[in-house]
Amino acid sequence: MTKKNILKQAAAYPHIVWSVIFIVAPLLFVAYYAFTNKEGVFTLANIGQLAQATYLEVFLRSVCFAFLATVICFVIAYPVAYFISRTSPSTQKILVMLVMLPQWLNFLIRTYSWMAILEDTGIINTVLDFLSLEPLHMINTPGAVILGMVYNFLPYMIIPIHSSMTKIDNRVLEAASDLGCSPFKVVTKVVFPLSLSGVISGITMVFVPSISTFYISQKLGGGNFDLIGDSIERQFQTTYDYNMGAAMSFVLMLLIIASMAIMNKYSDDEGGVIV
Amino acid sequence: MNEKKIIEPKGETIATGEENVQKKIVQLKNVAKSFDGEIILDHINLDVYEKEFITLLGPSGCGKTTTLRIIAGFVTPDTGDVLFEDARINDLPPHKRHVNTVFQKYALFPHLNVYENIAFALRLKKVSEEEIYERVEEMLAMVNLRGFEKKDVNLLSGGQQQRVAIARALINKPKVLLLDEPLGALDLKLRKDMQNELKNIQRKTGITFVYVTHDQEEALSMSDTVVVMADGKIQQIGTPTDIYNEPENAFVADFIGESNIIDGVMLDDYKVRFSGHEFDCLDKGFDKNESVDVVVRPEDVDVVSLDKGMLTGTVTSVTFKGVHYEIIVSIKDFKWMIQSTDYVEVGQNIGVYVEPDAIHIMKKSEYSNMFGDYSSFSDELERLSDANEEEE
Repeated sequence: MTKKNILKQAAAYPHIVWSVIFIVAPLLFVAYYAFTNKEGVFTLANIGQLAQATYLEVFLRSVCFAFLATVICFVIAYPVAYFISRTSPSTQKILVMLVMLPQWLNFLIRTYSWMAILEDTGIINTVLDFLSLEPLHMINTPGAVILGMVYNFLPYMIIPIHSSMTKIDNRVLEAASDLGCSPFKVVTKVVFPLSLSGVISGITMVFVPSISTFYISQKLGGGNFDLIGDSIERQFQTTYDYNMGAAMSFVLMLLIIASMAIMNKYSDDEGGVIV
Repeated sequence: MNEKKIIEPKGETIATGEENVQKKIVQLKNVAKSFDGEIILDHINLDVYEKEFITLLGPSGCGKTTTLRIIAGFVTPDTGDVLFEDARINDLPPHKRHVNTVFQKYALFPHLNVYENIAFALRLKKVSEEEIYERVEEMLAMVNLRGFEKKDVNLLSGGQQQRVAIARALINKPKVLLLDEPLGALDLKLRKDMQNELKNIQRKTGITFVYVTHDQEEALSMSDTVVVMADGKIQQIGTPTDIYNEPENAFVADFIGESNIIDGVMLDDYKVRFSGHEFDCLDKGFDKNESVDVVVRPEDVDVVSLDKGMLTGTVTSVTFKGVHYEIIVSIKDFKWMIQSTDYVEVGQNIGVYVEPDAIHIMKKSEYSNMFGDYSSFSDELERLSDANEEEE
């Protein structure tokens, strides 16, 4: 109606265009490839093939690894985030920066570093050998893959939890202890419910990249533990079967959307979930 | 006993004589606290008696909130002891103390509704559901919030949130309730209502209230005992009447109400000289020719004709205040404030008359000559509004 409103609407256009080009179009392409064969004819065969035991195993393993990595991240991140949120604002800035610091290095370099640390002749085993202790076999185990995931995605659990905790007024925590909460009860009765939105964002931000990650399991798992991400990569890079790759991506996407929906259902009363 | 009272400076003994009968519930003994090298509390001693309404009054940064937090257990004193019913509780954490706090800005649990906020303390104690219901309803009735059980606390008005905070703190039946500027965020009208309500609740429950405020009017109208604090020290403890009529030093005289504080010399018992005139007064026990601070409240000064005046001066400003005029008079280069129902003109020469019982003599203190002159009236207002700003 007014000039201002027209301007406001116009300001949204670049975003809409951006969304169409970079979000909607790729999704449509994925769906197109997933439901067609090499000749471009509609088929459900790609999706049907995923019911094979080998693929099911990959899917199941991916979900399990991602789930474990998310749980471990939460267990580590929650106390860290709480500790950071109760320090002075200037200390918080430094600590948050330190949490993010490893992310400034390239993802591949970080993963290679872990190989150097975990290898049978790596840093840990060299030290153990020096101390005349039994060597540990760590590389190429499921543990190493999960460690890689935890290490890479831990900051994405800490940051949202920390940010929801900074919004908790110290006086509310004092009120809880004033009314009879032991320090542990203060956390379970007040801090946790008030940081739930951050926890949910954190879980999402760790679970989603964990379940779709590739490369970590190739390098730290020695190729023994194929994950969905690796399978998809192989379809596109090695076998050149775009239709199969797209079908897997499509199913993975449904899997992620389903888990998000479940998460959001639990967080509905809280509102303010970032995702 | 009676004779002793006469010898001591008047005012103090009557009140303390009565209160000694009552039991001390909280005692602070020689308590000191510094933060980052800055002294917040400078070795204070304070006794809180059972069932009294005691107010810690002072400007921002005087240490009143810290004192309250030491009693609550959120702050540990550097030196000195905190006693609760004669037991030392310095190291007892807040959740084990028999005191509850009504916080500044309420600090309600945003994730719980009104009912659950109030029930919080009982739920921790695993009280049965029926008893919780009964006691929450009782509390809601007391603070006039019946029917608000299911309401979201974030959507309540300031006054309603305050009531929830009070109910939440009282449901535990604490022996002492600590209130940290509880009415600071409310508007004036609501504040007056809540003052009455709080006073009623205190009378009804018989719980000791320790109340922190910077509002002297609030302190005078609600308290049994007022503790005036400044610079980490207790300046005076007494009943509201004592504090107003017999201020201990220039700080107290200035902080509580309006006052003219003039340099004077005590010539003899019942004789004081100030502003170039010799006055009769009711004070004694000072050294001969001791210099003193003389307090005269603006409402105790009478405006009279020039020939009848003990002092004479020129009116420099007149402000209509409704009940009275606020008149600034320059007498021997000292600006007096006078509150009078008689109208005078700016520039008019008037006489001033002061009754002996309107004069109060105080010993010289570190606060002498800092307050009580109305020559820079606007500065005075600015300083007062500074004090009104909230602590922290």
